[in-house]
Amino acid sequence: MLSDLDISAIIVTIKLALLSTAILIVIGTPLAWWLSQTKFKFKVVIEAIIALPLILPPTVLGFYLLMTLGSNSPVGRLLESFGGSSIAFTFSGLVVGSVIYSLPFVVQPLQNSFSAVKTQSLEVAATLGASKLDRFFTVAVPIARSGFVTAGVLGFAHTVGEFGVVLMIGGNIPGETSVLSIAIYDHVEAMEYAQAHLLAGGLLVTSFVMLIFVYLFNRHFSIMRYRD
Amino acid sequence: MIECKIKIQLEGFILDAKFRVPDKGITVVFGPSGSGKTTLLRAIAGLERSESGFLKVGDSVWQTNDNFVPTHKRQIGYVFQDAALFDHLDVKGNLNYVIKRKSGLTKVFINSIYNLLDIKLLLNRSTVQLSGGEKQRVAIARALLTNPKILLLDEPLSALDLKRKNEILPYLDSLHNQLEIPVLYVTHSQDETSRLADHLMLIEDGKIIGNGPINEMLTSFDMPLSHSGDAISIIDAKVINRDTEFNLMLLEFTGGQFIVPDNKLPIESLVRVRVAARDVSITKKKQADTSILNIFPAVVEEIVPEGNAQVMVRLSLKGVVLLACLTRKSATSLKLDDGSSVFVQIKSVAILS
Repeated sequence: MLSDLDISAIIVTIKLALLSTAILIVIGTPLAWWLSQTKFKFKVVIEAIIALPLILPPTVLGFYLLMTLGSNSPVGRLLESFGGSSIAFTFSGLVVGSVIYSLPFVVQPLQNSFSAVKTQSLEVAATLGASKLDRFFTVAVPIARSGFVTAGVLGFAHTVGEFGVVLMIGGNIPGETSVLSIAIYDHVEAMEYAQAHLLAGGLLVTSFVMLIFVYLFNRHFSIMRYRD
Repeated sequence: MIECKIKIQLEGFILDAKFRVPDKGITVVFGPSGSGKTTLLRAIAGLERSESGFLKVGDSVWQTNDNFVPTHKRQIGYVFQDAALFDHLDVKGNLNYVIKRKSGLTKVFINSIYNLLDIKLLLNRSTVQLSGGEKQRVAIARALLTNPKILLLDEPLSALDLKRKNEILPYLDSLHNQLEIPVLYVTHSQDETSRLADHLMLIEDGKIIGNGPINEMLTSFDMPLSHSGDAISIIDAKVINRDTEFNLMLLEFTGGQFIVPDNKLPIESLVRVRVAARDVSITKKKQADTSILNIFPAVVEEIVPEGNAQVMVRLSLKGVVLLACLTRKSATSLKLDDGSSVFVQIKSVAILS
């Protein structure tokens, strides 16, 4: 059965994924909207930076985060000078890492669905008296709703699955930074295959169900949209 | 009065529009595709930004040189070519989108708009269940709910087939008769123009080349419409009587009375009569033995050649202006000249609205 450590790893993982997804939606939405609307010359540079975590080995990302956030780094020293402490090897550090690591999984689906919002729909809303912000929330967001579902599920699932970044900047502190993927690794290292199976299998099934949900939802909406 | 002076530079195109039109009735903005009609309408809506300029509709100033009022603060009703309903909302949701954002709309006002466009039966439908004509009706109702100072219609019929066009034209007639706000109606259709326009603005290559009351614009030799093969004149008339024996009705206008087939319009209705210049012939003496019923005395105002074989004659029927297209040979043998007194014979007329 699940040990206390396993259960705490599950809780930390879910907490981390939920918090990161929430932050990602908050940061990713305006970023994706801007990317979908802007004619900025260097837009591709921004897009490439956001997409970096897709191809970069997570250990590279984790290493640089550690360098940036550790107690010897300028950011770490700044935090300490304010009486705080460096966020490396803390839950907050994990959240920062996860947000950066999963950013493309949230921004890209959002950007795609925002790009499908016709300029004309926004113009219509303007002629009907809706301000810029009003138009965004009452026209762009509802039209792009399937993008939000995809972004949320992918952001969540990808955060649950992260390993390298967490290992580099989180350490493996039970109840604080010890997450599922590392717990599985520990079990395998200790030759506890039964327990590794339990966690790995659970993760496999959960991920599968989430993806089914995403595809179902997207198909449902694409059918609605093209029916006429 | 609507006063406009805007200049907009788009890629490879400049719209330089300076005009004044009355703030009553329908002003049709007429011109070939690519002439800048839609850009003009978008500029009035604030959807295209003119760096400097002036725009005033009634007592609202929407642009002075340094001050540009954004679209959502302009009281406009805008109907796009393809209706552009929000597909993520149903018909009711589309209409409520406006109702939620405008304070002080009374039930009476909302109902009057629903009745004007027969919206009530459509309210609970989803937008994908509407025909093209129905969509356009909902779009017009949605635009009118903003209680606009001006209604802007961008080729509202161009995406519809003939059957749907005929379905929605009566609604446009009722807009024409019942709206008190000015309407700018963009089209390149002569039919829609002659049926709906009170005022006509001609646009070509981004410039306003003429602007005035409809019949003046149609019949002035300075304007291109009077020189085309399908030149027409528009005459306003009133149904005054009917002849039940032959199933005809009598239409009175300043220059006389038309006799036309009865189309069941009630007595006292105001109608528009369209006369094609090709259907008008001229005689020096009043013909007695002729099948033509509509013969009126007229005075020749001006004659201009149209190509090598034809002339266009502008005539006045007690002040009502009418064009006639004749061969040069006929004009010569009749010795037509400015000021000649003649009779016009009108072979056929079309009753609009």
